Amino acid sequence: MGWLLIRGWALLVYIFMFLPVAVVVMLSFNASQFGSFPMTGFSFHWFVELANNDAILRAFETSILLGSLTALVSTMLGVLASLALIRYRVPGSNLISTILIAPILVPEVVLAVALLLFLNALSLNKSFLLLLMGHVIFTMPFVILVVQARLVGIRRDYEEAAISLGAHPIQAFFQITLPLLAPAVFAGMLFAFTISFDDITGTLFWKPGGVETVPTQIFAMLRNSISPEINALGTVMIFLTVGLPLLGMAVARRMALQRGS
Amino acid sequence: MSAVSLTNIVKRFGKVTAVHRMSMDISDGSFVTLLGPSGCGKTTTLRMIAGLLDPTEGDITIKGNRINDVPIHKRNLGLVFQNYALFPHKTVAENVAFGLKYRSVSKADAQKKVRDALELVQLPHVGDRYPKELSGGQQQRIALARAIVIEPDVLLLDEPLSALDANLREDMRVELKRIQHQIGVTTVFVTHDQSEALAMSDKLVVMSNGVVEQVGAPEEVYNTPASEFVARFLGTSNILDGRCTGLDGSTVALDVNGIGPIQVPRDRAPHLSAEGSAKLVLRAEKLIVASSNAPKDDRIDLTGSVEAVDYQGQAARYFLRIGDHRLQAINMIDDHPFAEGETVSLRFRPRDCAALPET
Repeated sequence: MGWLLIRGWALLVYIFMFLPVAVVVMLSFNASQFGSFPMTGFSFHWFVELANNDAILRAFETSILLGSLTALVSTMLGVLASLALIRYRVPGSNLISTILIAPILVPEVVLAVALLLFLNALSLNKSFLLLLMGHVIFTMPFVILVVQARLVGIRRDYEEAAISLGAHPIQAFFQITLPLLAPAVFAGMLFAFTISFDDITGTLFWKPGGVETVPTQIFAMLRNSISPEINALGTVMIFLTVGLPLLGMAVARRMALQRGS
Repeated sequence: MSAVSLTNIVKRFGKVTAVHRMSMDISDGSFVTLLGPSGCGKTTTLRMIAGLLDPTEGDITIKGNRINDVPIHKRNLGLVFQNYALFPHKTVAENVAFGLKYRSVSKADAQKKVRDALELVQLPHVGDRYPKELSGGQQQRIALARAIVIEPDVLLLDEPLSALDANLREDMRVELKRIQHQIGVTTVFVTHDQSEALAMSDKLVVMSNGVVEQVGAPEEVYNTPASEFVARFLGTSNILDGRCTGLDGSTVALDVNGIGPIQVPRDRAPHLSAEGSAKLVLRAEKLIVASSNAPKDDRIDLTGSVEAVDYQGQAARYFLRIGDHRLQAINMIDDHPFAEGETVSLRFRPRDCAALPET
């Protein structure tokens, strides 16, 4: 009986959390031009509208470019940082590790304002590069956490064996360590992309004038009216941000299975 | 010329000295074992030869060239690890061929070498499989093939058998020795297992606490241990305190506490040089437990009692007491071991004993 209550309660919590999302998805297929119930018919009209909206398409382009660059840069830096922290004895490695992970713990607004003030102190202007840097700062901890966890599990023997067989340490890294690390690198990259793609707080502070990402575009549109287009856009975002990591996890798992470790 | 030579090697980790002033020469083509309990510095020594660790002091030469500053990947060594360390994402053939990629070997030659190496380890048909599809023993053979296919100057084996189960370990022992003999590669083997060390080596280096305790052929080390540590570490020994009361060219006279005078051959006491405190080493298998009414013979005969028996099938280990002394004997048995509490006759020959100076 007790368990039944707990299950029922858990179900209610989930419904509370996910029902709004479901509503958004449902309404995006609503034929009515008011984004509300009752639904008057099933239609892809708002998705077509979406595809014809230049502002939204531009925002998509920006978001995808920003997300991809963020993923690339923060994965590269994150992998290097993990290697340094796990494989080499760096003085103060605990402190460095904490500092690298800290952006997860600091509220995003604080981080956003801090970076902005810092830029101000250096009398630099807001730019796409700054936006990218900001995104790298708070996506890198995820990359580092995922990559470090896997790196700890890869025994040094493999690298030592490769080097003893004549491979230069750099060759050993690309031949042995990186392939074994690939599932984690891939997962970290996806994390970075999704988090960057989804981010609004930091982006609002850092974006230069005239540049909009998808979340800031939605935000801007919401200020004027609640158009069903936003529902359609929301649906696309939901599928991207949920689907990509799921896909990534599936691929990473396959890779890990194949590699047999 | 020695294949590998270590001169006054010291390795410190912070304040801990892992290896202290170690020197040794390994002659070309020989099989040398570094033997000792864990933490004795044997693996550290191996890793210094491999280049995975830098010695704090001293020189390492391979084929006469000082290699202290030569990076690992230019040392041309074959390294076999305890956990095999086969690359899990590469097939067996790719694993074995790995080292050849970094040597100027043509594709065709490389394929042939890989085939030959797999044949040498008696696994010619597994080239297309992945390491995880092989058993532990097979993986260790592949690791060996990978290390020898590059024709290394020295083959370094770091406890390669300890991850295998007991029966397989003995098979691999024979196999490893055969392969080493066949290709004639100078081999340094690290183990804490005395039976492996005794069975496989041309030369044993017994280490303890970072110091070399004794170097010699297995028989020599077993029969004439240089220290109490060696006597206790190899086999089961009874070590009895006493005094050396006189020594000449052929015999050493000992007065063993609680047992009496015993004349040990001089060549069984090469480390004893003066009268004074000394120890008698009596191997457990040289102490024969006999029925108390068995006819007397030329052996020293003591009366004792059996305190405990450890029955092992073909043999038994007896825990015995003579007066205040506790001794151990390991004897082959015909059908029944002697029983606990039984009074027995304990016999041994002085020439089976060794003598050590008090340290």
